Amino acid sequence: MGLVLETKNINKHFHKPKDFHVLKDISFGVQEGEFVSIMGKSGCGKSTLLYILSTMDTDYTGELYLGDELITGKPQQELSRIRNMHIGFVFQFHYLLSEFSVLENVMLPAKKLAEKSHAEIKHDALEKLKMLHIEHLAEQRASRISGGEKQRVAIARALINNPAILMGDEPTGNLDSHNSENVFTIFKRLTEEQGLSLLVVTHDEDFAKRTNRIIQMEDGRIIS
Amino acid sequence: MINWKVILNIAKTHLLTKMKSTVTAGLGVTFGIAAYITLVSFMTGLNQMLDDLILNQTPHIHLYNEIEPSAKQPVAKYSEFENALNVVHSIRPKRSQKKIHNALPILNYLKKDKNVRGATPQLRAQIFYLSGSIELGGNLVGVDIMEEVRLSNIQDNIVEGTPEALKNNDNGILLGAGLAKKMSLTVGDRVQISTVAGDIFPLKIIGIYQSGIAEIDNIQSFSNLKTVQRILGEAENFVTDINIKLFKITEAPAMAEVLQRQFEIKATDINEANAQFETGSSIRNMITYAVSITLLIVAGFGIYNILNMLIYEKMKDIAILKATGFSGRDVQLIFMSQAMIIGIVGGIFGLLIGFGLSVLIDNVAFETEALPTIKTFPVNYKAMYYIIGFTFALISTFIAGYLPSNKAKRIDPVRIIRGT
Ligand SMILES: Nc1ncnc2c1ncn2[C@@H]1O[C@H](COP(=O)(O)OP(=O)(O)O)[C@@H](O)[C@H]1O
Ligand SMILES: [Mg+2]
Repeated sequence: MGLVLETKNINKHFHKPKDFHVLKDISFGVQEGEFVSIMGKSGCGKSTLLYILSTMDTDYTGELYLGDELITGKPQQELSRIRNMHIGFVFQFHYLLSEFSVLENVMLPAKKLAEKSHAEIKHDALEKLKMLHIEHLAEQRASRISGGEKQRVAIARALINNPAILMGDEPTGNLDSHNSENVFTIFKRLTEEQGLSLLVVTHDEDFAKRTNRIIQMEDGRIIS
Repeated sequence: MINWKVILNIAKTHLLTKMKSTVTAGLGVTFGIAAYITLVSFMTGLNQMLDDLILNQTPHIHLYNEIEPSAKQPVAKYSEFENALNVVHSIRPKRSQKKIHNALPILNYLKKDKNVRGATPQLRAQIFYLSGSIELGGNLVGVDIMEEVRLSNIQDNIVEGTPEALKNNDNGILLGAGLAKKMSLTVGDRVQISTVAGDIFPLKIIGIYQSGIAEIDNIQSFSNLKTVQRILGEAENFVTDINIKLFKITEAPAMAEVLQRQFEIKATDINEANAQFETGSSIRNMITYAVSITLLIVAGFGIYNILNMLIYEKMKDIAILKATGFSGRDVQLIFMSQAMIIGIVGGIFGLLIGFGLSVLIDNVAFETEALPTIKTFPVNYKAMYYIIGFTFALISTFIAGYLPSNKAKRIDPVRIIRGT
């Protein structure tokens, strides 16, 4: 099986307020269908790494590959398209567009991609919602549902374009144990049933132990 | 590749959920455009009316003989005094130089010129209007009335009677309105006129002429050219003025100069005669545009402010859109579309309201003795002003929308998601 994502010697500095070497020689890969978790103390650079991997942050040295393709150095316009097509992202704070309905939130990335008709997109979005057991919320305004539900909507949105990899930055960090368990079960099912690759930053020891592999970080380095 | 459907859908949702700000911003544009349309329609209507009033009464080129002393005095013709210092005191102009010598050849020449729309001969005679024991001094202008109707707005100023009636009556007169009033005469009455030489003629009033300018209406009347020539006892080639209308008014100054040299005659062109008048028009135009542009700039600031606020409120939304694959350009287009939608909708309402106000003004009664043909305020409905107004609205909203939307384009999603 090939690598979905690979980094080679990624280094990053923050220049303000003073020079700070936040990521040091980060080299690793994620296999197709692998469920990987990243752990490490607060401030060790996990989020910073994830932003680079998601192509939103381009201010680094080293190389980032998605599949066999070198991503580093591509223009913004193309990076947006890559994010849209191949990368799903779930944040700690379930960011949804509060003025749109749940269904519209889920459909938006697919509408941007514009590879399918409106009806097909709607069908796909409802499928994802059904899979996450929240199809009854489809017509609700995104601002009117609970935190656990919002996070599931965010996951549905991340999945709508069938990405190569799903990244999460402490996606359960803001949820109670019941909802955390729920989200973990969803992730587990996604890798096992659909062969989706997952890269999830977490503080939760239990959560991490049940993934295929744990990457430990300390002071901007991968230590194991 | 730009996906307009999604972009416009997001823009629409933003505008609808922020209805109050949207309406406020839109109203700014509406007022600016409505004010522009109303002002420009009314102001140019006024200009047009004054143009008609004065310019249309003035020929593009006016040919006449100025009474002035001969530049070359007879003494200069004597060879004996060639090298002497000749001093001539109290030079006076020679009398009766008013006649244009070669009027008929000049008229023929002009009628063949393809820049000339028409040339009409006139004979201005000083006369007295006799009314009982009173003698009123004035002018009688002999004209080719049908040519005048074709080339000038004299028809508008004939408030009673018709030009045809004058043409068909060898003893007819089109009496100045002020004169008719002074002498209590109406159409069908007879008026006695006396020439400077003292001959008295009765003429039949077949119409009343009112230009709106009291100085003219109080002294001037019209008659057929032949009638006036007969009254003065002059031949058929006796003409004092030739009025020329051109196809292109801008050619008047150059042509006047040529004619002046060619025929050794005085030729004034319309621009010379109405130089001050033009300044009035351009000042009115300046006021119109200054007021409208000020209003639109204010409206532009309104849009700028509201979009800035909106973008500040929507930072998170912008970050999410960018994280899920919308490019900076998409985000910019979302906010640009909002500005343009406000501009288009506000602009259309502005045009409608401006049109409504123009119609309202157009129907306000405005009757004045001075302007016999005007019954309501003059308004100029030109499609061009509506096009200019709408373009104004689009340009000002574009500029107002560009700066904030450009800021949105450059927002770094990572910074927003981090929450710093
Ligand atoms: N924009 C920034 N400028 C300077 N330092 C930053 C910036 N963002 C994060 N940092 C610092 O970089 C380090 C790594 O941050 P982060 O990747 O958020 O850590 P983690 O997600 O592992 O808790 C922290 O010490 C943080 O203070
Ligand atoms: Mg973090």
